[in-house]
Amino acid sequence: MKLRPILAIALRQFYLMRGSPTRILPMFAWVAIDIVLWGFITRYLNSVGTGGIDFVPRLLGAVLFWDFFTRVMQGVTMAFFEDVWSHNFLNIFATPLSIAEYVSGLVLTSVCTSLLGLIVMLVLSTSVFGLQFVALGVWLIPYLLVLFLFGIALGIIAAGMVLRLGPASEWLVWPIPALLSPFAGVFYPLATLPAWMQGVAKVLPPSYVFEGMRALLSGEPHDVRPLLWGLGIALVQILLAAWGFRQIYRHAVRTGLLARYSAESSS
Amino acid sequence: MPSPALHPSPLPVPALQVSALCKQYAGVRAVDEVNFSVAHGEIVGLLGPNGAGKTTTINMILGVLAPTSGSIAIEGLDVGSQRRDALARTNFAAVYATLPGNLTVLENLRVFGLIYGVRNLGSRIAELMEQFDLLRFRDTRCGVLSSGEQTRVSLAKALLNRPSLLLLDEPTASLDPSTAKTVRERIREMASRERCGILWTSHNMYEVEAVCDRVLFVSQGRILLEGDPRSLPQQHGATNLEDLFIRIARERLSEPGAGP
Repeated sequence: MKLRPILAIALRQFYLMRGSPTRILPMFAWVAIDIVLWGFITRYLNSVGTGGIDFVPRLLGAVLFWDFFTRVMQGVTMAFFEDVWSHNFLNIFATPLSIAEYVSGLVLTSVCTSLLGLIVMLVLSTSVFGLQFVALGVWLIPYLLVLFLFGIALGIIAAGMVLRLGPASEWLVWPIPALLSPFAGVFYPLATLPAWMQGVAKVLPPSYVFEGMRALLSGEPHDVRPLLWGLGIALVQILLAAWGFRQIYRHAVRTGLLARYSAESSS
Repeated sequence: MPSPALHPSPLPVPALQVSALCKQYAGVRAVDEVNFSVAHGEIVGLLGPNGAGKTTTINMILGVLAPTSGSIAIEGLDVGSQRRDALARTNFAAVYATLPGNLTVLENLRVFGLIYGVRNLGSRIAELMEQFDLLRFRDTRCGVLSSGEQTRVSLAKALLNRPSLLLLDEPTASLDPSTAKTVRERIREMASRERCGILWTSHNMYEVEAVCDRVLFVSQGRILLEGDPRSLPQQHGATNLEDLFIRIARERLSEPGAGP
């Protein structure tokens, strides 16, 4: 892999954002709205709650984590969609650029955009609603890492899906985080779920993050093994997603889908 | 008419070597046992009616479509197995592949220059902008340029990496006659100066006659005729290249099983 082509893919996204406030705004706006909404909900719950439970880290922290994962995933898919929308596949894939470099460029874009969103969320949740992330200590880093890796894996899978099924399948990508959230136990312990949903949760790395976070905040002893398991699953999922994207790309080259894609994306 | 000095001199490895190339879709042979080469400094016209297999052939050379069988080598490098090295020596401009309209001319050239690994990118971009009269559009988004201006940007992109093989799919289709003439002259000069092989498709037979050293007539995925565009019509009893083109296209339509 060469660095310059990877930077070129990320630079293209930077140019797009620099010249377009409508692309920058969603990076802040949706996460900010979520934090404000859930911030007030947690304040209300704290005021009416009788069990002495602090909902701010449990709910607002969970929202922040989940929004971070969503931003990571959308960071990859949005960068990919820019090439779909501008009918750029022929220009991009008729170059010496390798698929690994292209995907790495998408990931690099996502790192930058999701970090931006994370900073906004952290500032807002701590300064306005008093969320204390220091309570999570050093665990914050592996939690974010697992969510980041899973977001990247899902972003690559979603991009591959659109490459395989065509531009119209874009609408299938947007609801993916919402579809997964009930299984990941974002707001409740996994024990709340029926057995079959708990089975699904076992292959979702975020479920290990949210279980661990709740245990930590409840003062229970923190077992590192589930988190390592989640990290391992996320890494395997990234490798599988990259392999899958490559297979879909090869299929598109073999069948002529890639060559036809520009025409189809304009219809 | 191209001057004799512009005719290619034989080099051991051609810019492009296409051997027994086939592409089959669901029982239909879009490209059928095609063999040809393009020498360094040579401009070869790929002519044929719509659906003849020209763009399919170009897509296979660009590595965005896999052949069913056969091979493509760019300066001896196989596009299938040595894709990166082969495509680093290639570039293209096509009417159906304009650069992203939401980036400026400079931004597009920078992005593609980085992808192609162009050295001294800033000065190369400045040189090409000057050459294609794009300096005043430097910070203009490509999407708001006229189709002719966009074509010039695509041509500038196509020359960024000083390709050994340049694929031009109807490169002057959107240009006014004056600009088209200038562009043709510049590409001819460039082919001669940099020993770049060019595969050129066009439906403008006047242009083909003016630019190409050799033409390949393609129909139903096969090369039917090959030769000098200035002598080929007479050899086949046609008054000119356009007459020959029409005859080949109509013969194709009258064949049983030919498409509409």
